[in-house]
Amino acid sequence: MDNAYIKQKLQQQFGDQVTGFEEPYGMLSFESPKDMNLKLLQFLYDDPELKFTFLTDLTAVHYPNLKGRELAVVYHLHNLIDNIRIRYKVFTDIGKPDVFTATKLFSSANWMERETYDFYGINFVGHPNLKRILNVDEMNYFPMRKEYPLEDQTRIDKDDAMFGR
Amino acid sequence: MSRPVRFNVNTVPADTKNHISLADAPPGLPGEGFFATKLSDAVGLARKNSMWPLPFATSCCGIEFMATMASHYDLARFGAERLGFSPRQCDLLMVMGTIAKKMGPILKQVYLQMAEPRWVMAVGACASSGGIFDSYSVLQGIDQIIPVDVYVPGCPPRPEGILDGFMRIQDLVGEESFRRRNGEQYKELMQSYGIK
Repeated sequence: MDNAYIKQKLQQQFGDQVTGFEEPYGMLSFESPKDMNLKLLQFLYDDPELKFTFLTDLTAVHYPNLKGRELAVVYHLHNLIDNIRIRYKVFTDIGKPDVFTATKLFSSANWMERETYDFYGINFVGHPNLKRILNVDEMNYFPMRKEYPLEDQTRIDKDDAMFGR
Repeated sequence: MSRPVRFNVNTVPADTKNHISLADAPPGLPGEGFFATKLSDAVGLARKNSMWPLPFATSCCGIEFMATMASHYDLARFGAERLGFSPRQCDLLMVMGTIAKKMGPILKQVYLQMAEPRWVMAVGACASSGGIFDSYSVLQGIDQIIPVDVYVPGCPPRPEGILDGFMRIQDLVGEESFRRRNGEQYKELMQSYGIK
């Protein structure tokens, strides 16, 4: 089983809804509309040949310049039998960052989705306990989004003379 | 025949002449069978030479502190033989390392659990100012949540630096007047941190 075969299987099942195939450093990556993420993950899990039963990582990326699809949720999946890894992305509008939760399929998605919510503000619809996991509860912003200037010049709590700037 | 175990084969007599430092008596009025001085001086002398530090070590400055405690630098020489790990017993809170914002309330709780009189030493750049971690998750200096008596600079400070900071604390402890912690200024300071 190689990347071309996985690509063929996906296109056979989902047609042209699965797009953006590329292989950076030999790892197959693709994307789909966000409302079919569960269907696709379930297919990759259940298919007797593909067997992507392990969720290695789940995180997000912020692309401020892609209007209407600013936030990408990235799933890293692993076939433990044939030792093949793939990367699957869904894009969402930052104004309405709703993505269906993968916790029903992968229990490990629980904390990873909480982390993704914590840092990027993705609203995982159906998550059993979607609240901040690493940052303080009082935080009212999502720190990993690329919407902050590198340094706030109006800060007064640090004396510039002491910090060489 | 078993070999006799001998230690210190070439015994060196202890050279203690002029090498033992004794705490000087506070200024006062000596006489035959009595010595008159201020109570605060006598208590300060006792306190400063029997500090019980509470190490609150979260990162690399804590490693330097371990070296400070150990035999080579030997914090025990300054009367801080006994490190307490319960805040209720201790009178010096030594904060060593990066304090994340999530750790802030815990540090404050530890401070509140200490009985008066209590002192705080911020060891290293992170505890003093946030250091290189000019970030959304790191507290920019512990003096945002608790009052600090002595700051030790360095990233991390050398054990000598920590010892110097400890001696500055000893100076503060020895010279503190009895009225300080009941005074208006001290109450205002506590109030500014939301501690009553």
